Amino acid sequence: MKKNKSSTFFLLMVPVLLWLVLLIVIPHLDMFFRSFRFENDEGLMVFSLNNYLSFFEDKIYWLTFVKTALYSIGVTILAFIVTFPVAFFLTKVVAKKYSSFMVLLLLIPIWIGELVTIYGWMILLSDNGVINNFLMQIGLIDSPIVMLYTNFSMTIGLLYMSMLFMIIPMMSALESLDDSLIEAASDLGASKWTIFRQIIIPYTTPGIASGGIIVFMLVIGDYVAPNILGGKSSLWFTEQIYNKFLATFNWNEGAAFGFLLLLLSSGIIWLALKLTGQKLEKVGS
Amino acid sequence: MKKMVLAGALALSLISTGAMAKDTLRLLTWKGYAPTKLVKDFEAQTGIDVKITYSNNEEMIAKLRATRGGGFDLAQPSQDRISFVQSKYPVYQPIDWSRVNTDQLTKSMVDAVKKNASVDGVSYAVPHCYGTTGMIVNKKLAPNANDWSDLWNPEYAGKISYRLKRPILIATAFGLGENPFALYDDIDAYRKLMKRVEKTLIDGKKLVKNYWTSGDTQVAIIKSGDANVISGWDGKGWSLHESNPDIDFIAPKSGALGWIDTFAIPAKSKNLDAAYKWINFMLEPENAAYFTNQEGYGTASADAINYFNEKTKANFSRSFSKADIDNIKWHPPVPNGFETIEAKVLDRIKAAN
Repeated sequence: MKKNKSSTFFLLMVPVLLWLVLLIVIPHLDMFFRSFRFENDEGLMVFSLNNYLSFFEDKIYWLTFVKTALYSIGVTILAFIVTFPVAFFLTKVVAKKYSSFMVLLLLIPIWIGELVTIYGWMILLSDNGVINNFLMQIGLIDSPIVMLYTNFSMTIGLLYMSMLFMIIPMMSALESLDDSLIEAASDLGASKWTIFRQIIIPYTTPGIASGGIIVFMLVIGDYVAPNILGGKSSLWFTEQIYNKFLATFNWNEGAAFGFLLLLLSSGIIWLALKLTGQKLEKVGS
Repeated sequence: MKKMVLAGALALSLISTGAMAKDTLRLLTWKGYAPTKLVKDFEAQTGIDVKITYSNNEEMIAKLRATRGGGFDLAQPSQDRISFVQSKYPVYQPIDWSRVNTDQLTKSMVDAVKKNASVDGVSYAVPHCYGTTGMIVNKKLAPNANDWSDLWNPEYAGKISYRLKRPILIATAFGLGENPFALYDDIDAYRKLMKRVEKTLIDGKKLVKNYWTSGDTQVAIIKSGDANVISGWDGKGWSLHESNPDIDFIAPKSGALGWIDTFAIPAKSKNLDAAYKWINFMLEPENAAYFTNQEGYGTASADAINYFNEKTKANFSRSFSKADIDNIKWHPPVPNGFETIEAKVLDRIKAAN
């Protein structure tokens, strides 16, 4: 009996191990070793930290990273502000049978794919696009407002594709919040703001944190929205990694930059969890 | 357990070799370089299945480098991007010229590509088609735009667009009255010139609407009216001209940039026969002319001109005078290390405010 169980256990372990080792551990190790190899002046590949140092020496690289990180944090906060009322409405106000249908509607942009939704936003935001045409038609403005290829359009694109990943964890946290807690607080004379701050927010923080982590990671690692919607000054850190690999064929520096992105963004998440007093295990569940 | 994994791996490899047993040509090429009609004709004529993967120069090199020249039977890199790649990462194999039907090719192009796309005197590419990077202009809204320097001309503020990749650096240098190709053997002088180019493009950045990033965004930005003066490819400009006669391709006064795309055979090509058959098939005058009529790009096939339609002939004569053709700056092979300089310049321009 015991032996039987262990063979099933091994059988189930195999795909997990294959997945982890072949698709995650080996490629990362390969990249890791690559990132320390550097072509010296004689054209020989030697062990060196130069690939990592160049990130700190050339201010364009770390400035780009700082900008990307700040932007990602901003988008994460925006995503929370925009989606919290939606999540609250869908879990606490609307009847269950309607809310699941509405969640389904929210999922539609994900089915279509990022690239297509971004082209859709281009049609809406262009100088001769739907929104400008409408505003000019009703006489609100005389000349088109420049919206496309700005930080505004990039933020919208990033927000639109990552919002959903904020809503879902928040909804599951809100769903388990007992309504009677809110009622009791209300009976005892707490204002709406106090209820929000003292009951709802503390209760849903794990959901907000896990949603925030996903959104932050998606945004900081995105390539398409900054590249297409972002306009002429929207250099994203991922684009620099792409350029290292494809424009200058410097895979070693590209690998180093990839690791730096992984380390620095993990560091930011760790810091955010520390500051808000959250534990990763709790957030992950 | 080990046995099971082994059996699984074996089964997988059997499946993949089974699929290969049928005659296939795995082609790595650009969008539009394998028109459906020609693929069908080729498959009917030879019984070879053509599997197409679309790509661009940078990704082609990255893909072939990752597999050390495997995964594809035939690739189509630009002629100036072959020799330095080949000398660093041997991803191609030499061309067996006895199997290429050179009689049907333009001799000057064969000679140029033989010389440019070679390492130690061994040539690695057959010319396929050529085209130019110039400007696409809305002639009604910007009637006087005719040179690279108009890409930083305040007259067109907010209506300018180009692709922020290496061709625009070369173009800007020509627009400043310099010849960057003449500095390919002097890296310090080239670095200085690129500094000037960088300054010009950063100063001119406030005039730019946006940098286009692909053939599709190139067409979209001028078609939608978001820009009137952009850098662009001749074929794209001519197809825009068909739908809107105000828009057309023009050869800039200081010289359009000429490129030649080639056929090159990856080192681990599994079907050499099919690769050479495809090369010869695509360069038959009638097929090459079909490609040119369809896509607008010139061809290396010598007698294709007899099969050009009126539209194609009109496009060439409208955009290129005799002087313009003589003034085309053909890309020489890029020396090692130059692209690193250019990449930094491009990064700094993109990040500048």
